[in-house]
Order: sequence, then structure tokens, then C-alpha cells
Amino acid sequence: MTGRARVVAFVAVVVVLVAAAGFYVLREGREVRAQRAAEPDTAQAPVDAVADGPRIVFRHTGIDAEYGHVAMVGLDDPSGPRAFTDVVCDRVAARASGASCLATERGVATAYTSQQLDADWQVVDDTDLPGIPSRTRLSPDGSLVATTVFVTGHSYMSTGFSTATEVHAFDGGERWGNLEEFQLVVAGEEVDPVDRNVWGVTFADDDRTFYATVATGGRTHLVEGDLQARTLTAVAEDAECPALSPDGSRVAFKVDVDPGRKVVWQIAVLDLATGDRAVLEDGPRGLDDQVEWLDDDTLLYGMPRRDEPGVTDVWSVDAAADATPELLIEQAWSPTVVP
Amino acid sequence: MYISVRDRPGADERAADGTRAARPPVGRAVVLLGIVSLLTDVSSESVSAILPLYLTMVVGLSPVAYGLIDGLYQGVSALVRLGGGWVSDATDRPKWVAFLGYGLSAVARVFLLFASGAAGIAAVVTADRIGKGIRTAPRDAMISTATPTEHLGRAFGVHRMLDTIGAALGPLIAFGLLWAIPDGYSVVLVVSLAFALAGVALLGLLGPDVRPRRDRGARAAGQTGPTPPPFRWRDLGDRRLRPLLVVAGVLGLLTVGDGFIYLALLDHGGVNVTWFPLFYVGTNVAYLFLAVPIGRLADRVGRSRTLVLGHLALVGAYLCSVLPTSTAAATVGTLALLGVFYAATDGVIAAIAGRLVPVQARTSGIAAAQTVVAVARMLASAGFGLLWFLLGPAAAMATVATLLTVAIAGAATRIGRLDRSEVTA
Repeated sequence: MTGRARVVAFVAVVVVLVAAAGFYVLREGREVRAQRAAEPDTAQAPVDAVADGPRIVFRHTGIDAEYGHVAMVGLDDPSGPRAFTDVVCDRVAARASGASCLATERGVATAYTSQQLDADWQVVDDTDLPGIPSRTRLSPDGSLVATTVFVTGHSYMSTGFSTATEVHAFDGGERWGNLEEFQLVVAGEEVDPVDRNVWGVTFADDDRTFYATVATGGRTHLVEGDLQARTLTAVAEDAECPALSPDGSRVAFKVDVDPGRKVVWQIAVLDLATGDRAVLEDGPRGLDDQVEWLDDDTLLYGMPRRDEPGVTDVWSVDAAADATPELLIEQAWSPTVVP
Repeated sequence: MYISVRDRPGADERAADGTRAARPPVGRAVVLLGIVSLLTDVSSESVSAILPLYLTMVVGLSPVAYGLIDGLYQGVSALVRLGGGWVSDATDRPKWVAFLGYGLSAVARVFLLFASGAAGIAAVVTADRIGKGIRTAPRDAMISTATPTEHLGRAFGVHRMLDTIGAALGPLIAFGLLWAIPDGYSVVLVVSLAFALAGVALLGLLGPDVRPRRDRGARAAGQTGPTPPPFRWRDLGDRRLRPLLVVAGVLGLLTVGDGFIYLALLDHGGVNVTWFPLFYVGTNVAYLFLAVPIGRLADRVGRSRTLVLGHLALVGAYLCSVLPTSTAAATVGTLALLGVFYAATDGVIAAIAGRLVPVQARTSGIAAAQTVVAVARMLASAGFGLLWFLLGPAAAMATVATLLTVAIAGAATRIGRLDRSEVTA
């Protein structure tokens, strides 16, 4: 090829690329706008009709006008009509008294916030988060908030990840700060590892005790935390994102059943009194969520749809070794039960 | 003193070879390679800016799995870099080895569109990094070969400036698209792919087929001797290269990641965490404005001197990030000093390394220097994490600043010899 022919060929390539990318951007833009303008294909109810009774609050993930909005369904009719709020959250936790919402604010410098909302879904307090929202939980009476975010590297050469998990009072009063600064006790000894990460808090009902995951040295520990003593005490190994049952007797969490390079999480349930531990062998494989208790025997969790990016469903499974999952709420994520 | 001595080989060559004198300081090849890098950096940085969000929000993968992905390529990258250098030297075809590297990264972007699940995305990200590992040294060898020795610093400065413009534009384009099209991650991936393909096409169609060994032979024909012999591993053990590797390795061991410096700035208080990504942009802006002036300065006062003394800017950045001054002053000062540090080191070390080995080992020499720096900095960040935890930000920064100052003083004794080393045109 002569020099001139090469220049012509390059210009042709650029023209084709610009045309193809431009066509795709415009088509996607139009399609996304059309999808985002569409009404949800689920039956709808006014918020008042659902908000008075026992309910499941969640993030709606249908690709429609309500995408990302907090929605709720009646506890007795999870596949029935859903009520949509105006609040947009990546993760949500709710109680009768209010909710905790972790949200992304898009922009040239994307920011993340933690919001506390009252029973009418009005923001009463908000703080900046240092990373991508991952988990949030409220204590049973709604007085304590826990948030976990991922602080990821921001440069091309970055490696690894770290979490930032904080607990504070819902009313914005007391703040216990980053749980990494709590005293860690493993096998009865105080340890002070540099590489610790804490995530996935679940509260007991005494406004003091909680459970969480601590990772250090390539292992994960289930820890029992004490807000007053500022301690984290390891009670079991290989447990991530714990969830304490409403009666406080059992903890459900995810375990990596195939340790090694690939991570395959399954749900396991630990009886705190007896120490008996059961993996839900027929339960979900490859879930990546902090499970939620529907009642003392049933678990909820979100799973992404393989064929529809961005769309997730909430499934339920009995907290028993041989239980099989059932689809509970379509197009939903981050479920939280308000009894 | 050094200047005249160092310049002599270039001057001799000009006398011996009339065509070289006519070459402009920064040739078309350098600018073209710079634009290839610009396009590729727009592509890679637009994806890496949104990747954590994309993985968590769309793929439903938590960064725990993402951390594993990220860790995978670190070791691979160093090996691949050396391998790419060797193939480039053995075949005397740096353009096509670099093309392979750029091409691999572009192909990886196609698969990223369809990848789901941790394993798939890990494979794609790893392929992308392997591509980056393969292409860097051959591309720098092309810049090195296409530029007269006395203008190397400026040429690498021009290339790094264009490269950094791409790195600064990428995230802006990505977040701009996401702002226009909510959750339009696939749009960002497609646009990124288009930029990558444009870069590959530019290199493949218009990139000069630089042949360091053959060109040297052709120039030398009739004057001093035959085409240089093929590459041998022995060339890498060149007595002139070794001191550079030692100096770069020692200084690299005291170069902690930018992330820590930014964290120290955050620790200052009063800085909103949402500024974090902007620190990176600020450093890039300083770097892109300073790359050419400092490259030219390096050509005048000595490149090894610039490389070693450039680390003083890093000492300054360490101290500035923890000094109890106003937050605004600390931020601007730290980012500017980091920009000076990158401008004085990143391109400059490639400029030096390419001239300290025989021409048939040029790519391998550059790859060796870059690998030493990368591995040393990885170790530094790991070690510094410990220091940070034990001493706290201020004391840890002060400690590493002190150690680095001592290391610079030690390295300064080698500057003379390095800058005087006989260079390979």
C-alpha cells in the first residue's frame, strides 16, 4: 500500500468507527429513554395502601420509569401490586419508623451518599460516603444505622479493595466510626492485623450487640460486636455478610464453597446456641448479597438475571439444608422486611 | 561538563551521517505514537473509571470478587513486559509487537461487552493488561529509535503529554455518556471500543515500521561495520544498564502509590471524599503540562540527573500531603509536585534505558527498567501499608520521605557515571 492509500484507509476506518459508535449511542440513548419512560409491567398500588400493613421494602429493578426507586409490596402478597416511592437507592433498609438509603449521585465526579428517611420517605439527614454502596442495615427498632461501602482504587495500577463499615445513630447523634478501629479478638486473643476489612453488619435487638464479617490474612470471620465495649470477637470462620434471625437464635451468611481463585458463594446457617452449621446445598449458588430473614424460618436474597443486565429478582428459601429457592418478588433488589 | 561529554556520540554521528542532522527534534513518528496512546488511553481509562460501578450495579458482582480480578494481572504483567521486549528485539519488529499488544486490548473490549460473571470479566481484564504489558516497551523503543539522542527527553515528553491527555479525557467522556444516558454502561463500552480500534488502525496503517537493528545496519553500512548481531540475553547484562536498574529499583522501593498520598491529603480533614477522583485528574493535568518542559530540561542538564533529582519532587509531595498548612495549599502543592515527579521520571527512564544497551537489545533494556520500577513500587506500596498502620499518616510519610532523601543522595553519586555512559544511537 502506498502512503496515500494508507492515509485514505485510516480515514475510512475512522469514518466507519465514528458512524458505528454514533449510531449505537443514539439508538441506545433513544431506547433507554423510551424504556425509562415506560410504566412498570407490574400491578401498582398507592403507597398508603401498602405502607400501613406488614410489608417488604426493596429497590425496584425493572427497566422502566421506576428503575432504582424504592418500592414495597404487602408481606402477604409479595407478587401482588407494588407501591413506588420517589426515593432512588442502590441499597435500602427500612423499619416502621424510617429507612436508610445508600445512593449514587451521577456526575463527572460520581459521589455517594447515605440518607436517613422518615416514615414518609423524606430525607432527615445525609452524609457523604467514601465509596460504592454495598450494604446497609437498621437495628430492629430502627435507632441504629450500619453502612458498608467499597473503597476501590481509582487508578489504572490499583490493586485490591477495601471496605469502610460504619455505625451511627439514626438521629445523627452518636457515631461509632469505622469498625476497623474496634478491638479485634480472635481465639481469645487480642490481635491487631493491618489487613483487616469489616463488612456486612446485622444488629441484635439490644442496641448494643451486632454481628459482622472481618477478613484478615485471606480468611473471613463471623464476629460478634459490642458497641459499648468497642470490640469485635470472632465466633466462627468462613462467614460473610451475616444476618441475624428475628428471634436472635440463628445467623445466616454466605460461604465460599469452592475456595481458591474462583468465588462461589452459598448460604449457610449457624445455630448460635449449639454451634451447628448447615450449608443450604440445594439453595442458590453464586449469590452475592447480604441475606434478610423473612421470618424465623425463611431467608430472602437478591440474584441478578443472567440474560438481563441490571435486572434482579428477590428469591426466598427455607433456612434448611435441603430447601430449594422460590422466586418471591420479580424485578427487585435489597429486600427488607417491615413486620 | 556532562553535557558536552554526553552529547559527543550524537555529534559524532551527525558528522558521519548527513541525513541525521536534518531530522527534527520530535519526529512525526513520535507524535503519531503519542496519538495512538491518546486514543488507547481514552479507551482504557473510560472503562476503568466505570468498571467498579458497572461490576457492582449491573453485573451484580461485589468488589470482593473484583479485588481478586484486579490482583490477577499484577504478576502476569511483569513477565509479559519482558517477553514482549524479547520478541521485539529478536524479530527487530517493535511496531508489530506493539500492534499485537494494542490489538489484544482492543479485542478484550469486545468481549467485555458480553462477559458476565467474575471469571469472564477476570479473563477480559487480564487480557487487557497483558496487551498493555506487551506494547509499552516496543512502543518506547520505537520512540527511542526515531529520535536523535540529544532530543530524547523532549520526544518522550511529547509522547507522555499526549498519552496523559487521553487518560484525562477518558473518565470525562465516560461520565459524560453516563450522565446523558442513565446506566448506559454498554454505550461507554462501545465508545471505548471505537477509540481502541481507531488507535490500532492508526498504528497499523500509518505507524512507521521502525527497525532498530536493520536501520542501524543500513546507516552503518559502508562506514563502520555490518548490521548489529541479533539480540542475546547477555546484552541485557550490559555494564551500563545495571547501575540504572539498581538506582531505579532502590528509588522505586521508596515510591509509594499515589493512593496513599491522596489518602494522606484526605486525612488532612476538610477535604470532601468526593474529591478523591479529582486528585487523580489534578496530578494528570500537572503531568501533561510539565512533560515536555521537563523532558527538554532533561536533554540539557542530563537525563539521569533529572530522573534522580525528580524524586525530590516526590519527597516534596510526601511532606506536602501531611504538612499542617491549609488544605487547599497542601492539595495544590502535592498534586503539582506529583506531576513534576512523573514528568521527570516516567518517560525519562525509558529514554535513558534505550540508550544503555546495544541497539539489538533496546526494547528488552527498556522493558527491564520498567519492570524493575513496577515491581519495586508494588513492594513499596505493600510495605508502606504496614508503616501507615503502625505510625499513622504523618509519621509514615515523614519516614519514607527521609529514607527517599537518603536514597536520592546515594543515587546522586551515580548520576555522573550514568549520564556520561557511552550511548547507543
